[in-house]
Amino acid sequence: MPGAKLEIVKNDSPSAQHSLWVDNASAVAVAKYVRDEASLRFDYASNVTGVDWPEMELSEKIKVKKVVDGVEKEVEEVKKTLRPGYLETVYHLYSMELKHGPLVIRLRTENRTDKAHLPSLTPIWRGAEFQEREIFDLYGIIFDGHPDLRRILMWEGFKDFPMRKDYVEPDDYEYEPTPHDEVLDRVKQHYPAEVMK
Amino acid sequence: MSAPSAETDLHGSKVGHTPPPEGAGAQNYSIRKKSNDQGAVEGELLEVSMGPQHPSTHGVFRMDIVLDGEQVVKLKPVFGYLHRNHEKIGEGTTYLGSMPYTDRLDYFCSMTNNWAYALSVEKLAGLQVPERAEYLRLILAELTRLQNHASLCGFLLQDMGAMGTPLMYAFREREKILDLFEAISGARMMCNFMRFGGCRCDAPAGWFEQVQQIVDEFPAFLDEFETLLTENEILMARTQGIGILPRDLVVNASITGPLLRAVGVNYDIRKVDKYGIYDRFQFRVPLGVRGDVYDRYMLRVLEMRESVGILQQALKSVPGGPIVDPKAKLRGFRPKAGEAYGRIEAPKGELGFYLISDGSPNPYRYRVRPPSFINLTTLEDMCLGHNVADVVIILGSVDIVLGEVDR
Repeated sequence: MPGAKLEIVKNDSPSAQHSLWVDNASAVAVAKYVRDEASLRFDYASNVTGVDWPEMELSEKIKVKKVVDGVEKEVEEVKKTLRPGYLETVYHLYSMELKHGPLVIRLRTENRTDKAHLPSLTPIWRGAEFQEREIFDLYGIIFDGHPDLRRILMWEGFKDFPMRKDYVEPDDYEYEPTPHDEVLDRVKQHYPAEVMK
Repeated sequence: MSAPSAETDLHGSKVGHTPPPEGAGAQNYSIRKKSNDQGAVEGELLEVSMGPQHPSTHGVFRMDIVLDGEQVVKLKPVFGYLHRNHEKIGEGTTYLGSMPYTDRLDYFCSMTNNWAYALSVEKLAGLQVPERAEYLRLILAELTRLQNHASLCGFLLQDMGAMGTPLMYAFREREKILDLFEAISGARMMCNFMRFGGCRCDAPAGWFEQVQQIVDEFPAFLDEFETLLTENEILMARTQGIGILPRDLVVNASITGPLLRAVGVNYDIRKVDKYGIYDRFQFRVPLGVRGDVYDRYMLRVLEMRESVGILQQALKSVPGGPIVDPKAKLRGFRPKAGEAYGRIEAPKGELGFYLISDGSPNPYRYRVRPPSFINLTTLEDMCLGHNVADVVIILGSVDIVLGEVDR
């Protein structure tokens, strides 16, 4: 694979299913290679799914040498780094011909807002068609090259992406004749003050 | 407080449903002009919305069909009527809290749903399952396969117009198996029986003898069912050559289960992954030749016969011992960070669960790989060129349950 950037993502759980992070530019070429190469033949895309990784502050402890009161000492400091948020799709590939697998491929978007684009692998595996539509519907990843990218489980005209970690559920308040406590607080938000007297 | 005024939105939802397009509601069809390659008008096409309340759709499922006379020229499935975002709810509850909710995915086969989820969590946390629990799981999964395939064959014939009788014969057998589920788990359909590293409780006294009796009687039901139906002229005329899929497309479109094996691809996860204790028993994987609706019907009958064989072998050698791994913690269960994908051969195809743990009591990501949702990918390819009446039986032969399709 000339020019393809691959990185192994370790999995520390007992399942030991490590995965391969493929860069977006060569994703289609890599997918075609693992499907058609005679010793691999991953002809079956079993599971295609999205994962949301919002922006997160990672903290790690590092030892720094510092001069304290004229004496050099080793001091432990907490170093904080900001991991930028991204969306991810995970493909679990098996081979029906050679009966091996899974090969786990991950693709990551640049960010979670305006650059949430990924290449679609539906032209390689038709089985990804509905699953990529579902990821578009629930996570908002736009798959370039998908033949029919529409919402699938939510209705047309729905605005948000419910599977994202920062999704705010709608306040489905229902009328109650005798509201009290926290229900009353919610009722107050739904009616103007003069009605609530 | 006073009653809300007429202008107040009682539901207060900020999202709201989009209003239906103008003219919709009164009728569920529209007529389009049909034009030839040169663009000249050449007759009319009828666009019909089939479902979501149509009795043949096995639940709330809709197909937008464009018809040229009686023939299907376009078909788009529409999902989501039963959507409740099962996966988001799974992220909000503990690992164990999702177990009863997996029953509601494919509510015909709650035992296999439990097993697939338990298997994935066991992979994630590295738990071992005791012998006796493995036997119980296998027996329950094969009983689930028997009742699912039996009632599917009944529903398929009901869709074909054999009103009542085959379905009631199948349901008579299904009831006996559901009684066994009730005896062991307390519930006929929502069993919630398996736990991480084993099962919830042991079988009651005399349960294995009851299973043995039902398994012994099952081939007689199959013989009776087949005598009445398999070589029936009307059944053969309605199903042979209908809904054929090419082999390459089936593999490429991730179709699994009886639909895959009906085109002759030898891929059964019980044989490939050898999960549980399936490698200890002798059974064959039935394969179809043509991949039409008849092959799918026949394949399910043959799979039931193989399941009876597996049950006969398993019932001979059920060992004693504990029912759950003593190291498995029921409460305060926190697998360490990582991820796992586990899958089993459910009656409808490959049922998988993909879990990501961040070390907390709740899964960071909880994904269900639903077989019947993905098997619908090629519904349009199967139906093109066939009549509307054939669409009904093609959909019946896919074997969908909407609790799993829409999640």
